[in-house]
Amino acid sequence: MGTNKVSKSKEGSLLSRMTRNQMFIPLAALAALLLFNLILDPSSFAITMDENSAGNPVLSGFLINILDNGSELAILAIGMTLVTAASGGQDISVGAAIAISGSVLLRVLCGSNTRPETLQAPILVAFLVAFVVAMLFGAFNGVLVAVFRIQPMVATLILYTAGRSIASWVNNNELPIIGEPSFGYFGGFIPGIPVPTPIFIAILCLVAIWLVLKFTNLRLYTQSVGINENSAKLNGLNPTFIKILSFVILGACVGVAALIKVSRLATINYGVIAKDIEMDAILAVALGGNALSGGKFNMAASVVGAYVIQCLTTTLYKFKVPSTALPAYKAVVVILLVVLSSPVVRAKLSALAPQAKRKEAA
Amino acid sequence: MRKKFVGFLLCAAMTATLLAGCGGGSDTKETDAPAAATEGDTKAAEDTKADEGTTAAEGDTQAAAPAASGELIKIGIINNDTSESGYRVANDRDLQRKFTEENGYDATFAYGKTNDEQVAAANKMIQDGVDYLAIAAANTSGWDKVLQDAKDQGIRVILYDRVIDADEEFYVASIVSDMAKEGETAANWLKDQKLESYNIIHLQGQMGSSAQVGRSEALVNMAQAEGWNIVTQQCADWNAETAQQIVQSVIDAGTDFNVIYAENDNMADGAVKALDKAGIKHGVGEKVVIMGFDCNTFALENVMNGTWNYDGQCNPYQADMIDEIIKNLENGVEPAEKVIYMEEVGFDQSNVTQEVIDKFGI
Repeated sequence: MGTNKVSKSKEGSLLSRMTRNQMFIPLAALAALLLFNLILDPSSFAITMDENSAGNPVLSGFLINILDNGSELAILAIGMTLVTAASGGQDISVGAAIAISGSVLLRVLCGSNTRPETLQAPILVAFLVAFVVAMLFGAFNGVLVAVFRIQPMVATLILYTAGRSIASWVNNNELPIIGEPSFGYFGGFIPGIPVPTPIFIAILCLVAIWLVLKFTNLRLYTQSVGINENSAKLNGLNPTFIKILSFVILGACVGVAALIKVSRLATINYGVIAKDIEMDAILAVALGGNALSGGKFNMAASVVGAYVIQCLTTTLYKFKVPSTALPAYKAVVVILLVVLSSPVVRAKLSALAPQAKRKEAA
Repeated sequence: MRKKFVGFLLCAAMTATLLAGCGGGSDTKETDAPAAATEGDTKAAEDTKADEGTTAAEGDTQAAAPAASGELIKIGIINNDTSESGYRVANDRDLQRKFTEENGYDATFAYGKTNDEQVAAANKMIQDGVDYLAIAAANTSGWDKVLQDAKDQGIRVILYDRVIDADEEFYVASIVSDMAKEGETAANWLKDQKLESYNIIHLQGQMGSSAQVGRSEALVNMAQAEGWNIVTQQCADWNAETAQQIVQSVIDAGTDFNVIYAENDNMADGAVKALDKAGIKHGVGEKVVIMGFDCNTFALENVMNGTWNYDGQCNPYQADMIDEIIKNLENGVEPAEKVIYMEEVGFDQSNVTQEVIDKFGI
């Protein structure tokens, strides 16, 4: 149910065309959440220019907060969408993979000393090493899924369970702390630029994937493999390669997200870094109305889905929902959204709209 | 197909929400809390690791046994996995240091994240005929059979760090941290600061863990008695990132606050990152008072340089006390008390020195 297909179809009212669009549910959810914030606290949308403790001007406010903290999730949603589309399954190891990649990054920066006075390697080198490691782990998952035909959720369960332990081995169970201020730029602010850096990184990733999808056959190939592997094969595609590729791309997303995560705190905590982020990433894909069983996908909808989740989280913190009740609130909203964005309900909804129109006409 | 898909979505949503929040039974490796009662969830990969740990350690002891005749005291030490936290790393290092052949011990170490793993290791140790069994249980219940077997074979059991739900007759002594007292020490310290007003952000650890319960209760009781205002009370699951987001939301909402009471150092660190971002001054003589727990090295350094105000100790060094009890038992002296509390103090700028950091920093 791609966007272009809908816009081509002339039948139906504007409303029905809108509701049939895959972007509708995530955008509507985002709008509803923001409206809720606006009504309860009109000052929500104020964006103010403050000064951080380093004396640099920084933008702050509810919206900036969502965009800032939602960056990692949006980046992961890109990879998760491709994996879902190609393999018809999900990668549940991204949180653990972030722990490994972040741990490697810090290990390269710190060397054997956990509290280095000076960085032992340029940040770019450390990032590239961590980036490659993340992609290797992605490839590992991909091989399990594509070559050994293990169900993706089971295949990635291996890394999900082992990942955080591997991460702590990388640094000998130590918790390195980076004092160097420039390392904090990636998760914080670059001096003189008031917009949080993660927002730029997220935009960069989104533009990159947009260009890739626009100028290469990645979308077509991924969807073909996801819809029918055998016919894709008969048409000369290599499903094994496409699937592994999707996992490697997710690995690349993990590498970038790990950089932001460890940079935010200048340290790492293996047990809790990016905890449960895999569930949020899968949820983002589902909220985007993408079939979790693979096939066609809408990247933009997934990304909006990611920001919806972050918006929900931030809203719940903002209204000081009691900590014990927080998961329950989140569950209610999430179930509502997921059911609404499921193909079954969307088909019903779009069937209702023209009927209403006809009744009006009569 | 459709049905399956919807079911899948719902499953994903529920899993996500279950895992997402504080109430969820997710495995929190970051529990700096000894005696965390709810920490029993299984993680398959940890099995492998724990098993490896066990076999490796056993290999060592078997090799060592013939060389050192019957003089050595055979002790089996069951601990939690070191990837749990810095606290656990320090705890394990302390035990490894103390229970060596030079000190007259033939020690076998086993690590487990769950009771299952720990009980299996304990059974093996009992079969091997150890003289003493030292246990830091992952979970408070489920130890009845082990304790009974140990008693039948005349093996003396010493509990350390975490308590077990069992009759006192089954163990010689339990050496634990008094979480309630840690909280009280902190709350009294806060009271002694005689601030003009008390507007507190309270960041809680994993709900239900004894560290959370003890440290929360003390603050809440004191706040009631003294009429302090707790502006936000949220569970951040020992997680720095979550703490950062919560504090950021409070700042964005424009709520005034002047105390951050974080139940571990990592959450305090996350909170401070949020303050720094917003340019809010914190530390000694500044607007916001920062309080943390556990005495991580970085936290004590922050207290010393005045960017934090207080750090409460959670003492991981039980090895000397276990050693003392065993040596006494060998001479026929039973410990006077069944429950022995670790000595724990709170540090602020007045009593923290480099020596303190070297000695108590974990």
